[in-house]
Order: sequence, then structure tokens, then C-alpha cells
Amino acid sequence: MIDVHELSKRYGDKLALDRVSFHIARGEVVGLLGLNGAGKSTTMNILTGYIGATSGTVTVAGHDVAREPREAKRLIGYLPEQLAFYAEMRVREYLDFCCDLKGVRANRAAHLAEIAARVGIAPVTHRLIRNLSRGYRQRLGLAQALIGDPPVLILDEPTAGLDPSQVVEIRALIHELGQTRTVLVSSHVLSEIQAICSRVIVLHRGRVVADDTPANLSRALQPVHRVVARIQGTPEQVQAALAPLAELEQVALLDQAEPGTCDVLIESAAGRDIRADVFRALARADLPLLSTQAHEASLEDVFLHLVADEPVEGQPAAAQPHGHA
Amino acid sequence: MRAILKREFRAYFQSPLGYVFVAALYFFSGYYLFTYNLYGGTTNMTRLFGLLFPVVLFLVPVLTMRLLSEDRRLKTDQLLLTSPVTPLDIVLAKYLAALAVFVIGILAPLLHAAVLSFYGPLDWPAVVGNWLGLFLLGAALIAIGMFLSSLTESQVVAAVAGFVVSLFLMLVDALALVVDSAFWQEFFRQLSFNKRYEPFTLGILELPGVVFFLSIGALFVLLTVARLDRERWG
Repeated sequence: MIDVHELSKRYGDKLALDRVSFHIARGEVVGLLGLNGAGKSTTMNILTGYIGATSGTVTVAGHDVAREPREAKRLIGYLPEQLAFYAEMRVREYLDFCCDLKGVRANRAAHLAEIAARVGIAPVTHRLIRNLSRGYRQRLGLAQALIGDPPVLILDEPTAGLDPSQVVEIRALIHELGQTRTVLVSSHVLSEIQAICSRVIVLHRGRVVADDTPANLSRALQPVHRVVARIQGTPEQVQAALAPLAELEQVALLDQAEPGTCDVLIESAAGRDIRADVFRALARADLPLLSTQAHEASLEDVFLHLVADEPVEGQPAAAQPHGHA
Repeated sequence: MRAILKREFRAYFQSPLGYVFVAALYFFSGYYLFTYNLYGGTTNMTRLFGLLFPVVLFLVPVLTMRLLSEDRRLKTDQLLLTSPVTPLDIVLAKYLAALAVFVIGILAPLLHAAVLSFYGPLDWPAVVGNWLGLFLLGAALIAIGMFLSSLTESQVVAAVAGFVVSLFLMLVDALALVVDSAFWQEFFRQLSFNKRYEPFTLGILELPGVVFFLSIGALFVLLTVARLDRERWG
């Protein structure tokens, strides 16, 4: 349904996209994952025809976005990252305007009523857009994307800036929409992509570094060979106790979280479960193991993992603890 | 295209801009009507139309300053450019919306002519010729102003650039007198809006003048489209 071939985009001397290629089949819900500045929005802007590519082609259902923009754009509903509305318009007026723009004529009232009910903006259709809350604006953006019932939805950070309950609602809505449409969603939150997508494309510095199912990706990213352990004892004792374990590649001391204990990140060669070995080694040295948990993969780790051959600026080689002890 | 035209036209009257523009034209037209026609006791409106020339030169940049700059600044252009419409549709719609507001403004001298016609014989062909001249002048200036608005995100910059162009167009006749080279003299003379406008105020419908203003309008409409494309593909 969406075919992206060798897409590159250059802003001045900065290469924002570097030969990005992927294919999205009809009915797939695909996530575009990446840090800020990885090229997600640039990709989406080119897909929707907002900006042109420096080289490469995008086709939507066989229509080249650059050569047949009208045909391609007719098939796409787009929710941009930075929502911009004509603030002096009323919601209903704005949606009417979008219908006119997209050439929706038949059964307009019924169509708009259905969309309004679906995204939950029915109560605010007579309000001025300038007075809408962030949550309603996001829904209005989504409503706009749904006008004309396009078979392809491109949603750029659809849950950014929403409160947790709204995030859940919007995700459920996207999931529902994905039943009958081809959807491309971008996000920098891994769990979000996992929740709604059947496939993830990871962008890093304008390149595709992974293209897989969320399950496969997170398996690669939640390795049992990397364990954070809290051990009662001094760092020296712990180092000494673990030293005999030959298969350990790294024992890194993390910040102390509890008096009299130390937290360490223990890593072995990939694929080896080391938890039992660590337990026995510590038991022999009479150092109580208070807790262990698989090191939680953060997005930074994903990138360290996926772009292992490329050192990431400002990131030391050793993984840092993220968010919990 | 109709949708954008409708929205742009409405936007003029959802802010004070449209009202202020129309009111200013009615004010100046009314003022000149009073000073020249009522006070001078004549139905000859040539003087009035001649004086509206600089008024239009300085009011049009205000009318066009937000046409494209605002969309860029607010990013509302994203919706337009990702909808199944072409940049030419967008630009033409905005142009026609501004032109429509302009036409409402220059209905003033026509209304005044109608009023005058009750009190004395009126040279209608001259009035219509004058009015057409004013319309063509506006059609050309709006295109220039719209192009300037597409170059910047700031309405103020667009307006100031518009004033500079207007000022230049007023001074261009004088420039032709002070340069030495025959080429530049001729160049500035050909560029003069004033020279092209004059025959209309005498009630003469001159084809070169009509073609001149229409082609300036078309040129800047196309330049604006090119500017939109360039920006997206650059």
C-alpha cells in the first residue's frame, strides 16, 4: 500500500534521511520509532506530500506522491505532529472546510457526525477552536484525518501531550481504526508502539536500523544476559565474589540506592542466562542477593543495540541505569 | 479551490482587517467626493479616481500581508498542502479572496458616482473606464503583495516590503527623469504604473494598459506558486 524506495532528504548540508526504504502492506499497522530528530516527521511529511524528497520515490497504492499528488493525497489522512488550526473557526466550520478541501460532498452531515462520535468531539462542535483544550485539539486533528474515510492513515505522534487516560483512549481508537485501514504511527515511546503496532520500523539518524515485529525487537532488547542486582556488601566484596565467573563480560557499579548495599549491572555474552551463576557466586561469598531484575531496556539501549557499530554521541559504552534501581 | 477561497474571504471579516481596508477606501473616496465634487460642484470624477491611485498603492500591502505568511507561521499550510489540491489552486484561491475584498472596497467610488448621477449629468463611460483602471491596478498590486507575503513568515515584513514596492512604483516616474542612460529612462518609463493608469482616468480603455496590469498580476501569481514549490522541494 505504501512503498518507500531509497528516500533521501537533505536540508542544507544536513542529511535528514539517508536512503530509507520500506514497504507497508494493505491493512498493516506499522510504528515508526525513533528519537527526536531521527527523521520520523521528515519521512511522514514526504509521504503526505507536504515536502519533497531530495531523491527516492514514495508511492501510495501505486500513485507516486511527487508525480500524481492529487491521487495519492486523496488516499491519505494525515495527523501532523504540530497541530495547526485556523483558531478563529468553529469546530464544525473547520470540519466542513476540510470536507470541501478533500472533496467530500455526499452524506456530509452523517459522515461528520459519525467521525465526531468516534473521536469524541461531538460535545464541542460549536466551540471556537482557539478555546479547545489540548486533548480536544488532538482529537480534532484526528477527526480531520478521518474525513473522506481514507484507506491510509499517517499519524505523527498522535498521543504527544495527552494525559494518561487520553493516551489510552487514543490508542484504543487507533487500534480500532487499524482493523480496516493501513496505518503508520510515529512515536518515540517504545511501549506505545508495542501496544498498537504489528510491526516496527526503527529510524536512527535518518536511516532504517531495524524493521521487525515488536515481540522480536523487545526480545532482543530485554536480554537475560544483562541483570541489575542489589547486593548487601561493599563494592570491593562484590567485585571479588564475582571475579571468578569467567563468562561475565562486565560488572559495572551503579549508584547506591540503599545504605550498606550496592547495585551492579552484570552482563555476560549474549544468550547466556547468568542469573543462577551470579546467585551461587554471591552465596559462596556470603553476600545476600537482595534483588535481581533483567535490565530494563530503554530506548537509548535500543539504539545502542541497533547501531552497535556506530558510537552514539554522549553515551558511554556501558549502559546506564534508567528510571529505577 | 472554492473551499480555500471561501475561508480566506471569511477570514478577512473574522478579523478587523477586511473592515478596516474597506472602510479606509470608503473614507478616502468619500473625502475626495466631498472636496472635489460636492464642494467644487462638478460630476467629473477623474480627479477622485486619480487620487485613489496612491491610496490603493498603500492600502493593498495591508490587504495582502497575511495571505501566505500567516499560513506559514501557524503551519496551517500543512493541511492545505497535504490535501488533494495543487499549489496553483491554493495561490489562486487566496488571490481571488483578496481581490474580492478589494472589489468591495472600490465599490465606493461607483456608489458615489450613482449618488452624483441624481444631481447632474454624469459621464458614465469615463467612470467605468476609471473604475476598470482601479480594478486592474489592484489586481496587479495584490499579486505583488501576495508574492511578498510568500517570502516571509512575518506579516509586518510582508507589509513593509509591500510599502517599499509601492513607494518605488510612485517614484519610478521621477527616476526616469534623473537617470542619464536612454535605456534606463525607457526602462523606468515602461515600468511606471502611473503612466499606465493615467489613460484610464481620462476614460480611455487602452489595450496595452490592460495587458500590462493583467500580465503583472499573472506573473506574480505564478511566481508565488513557484515560491511555494521551491520551498517544499528545496
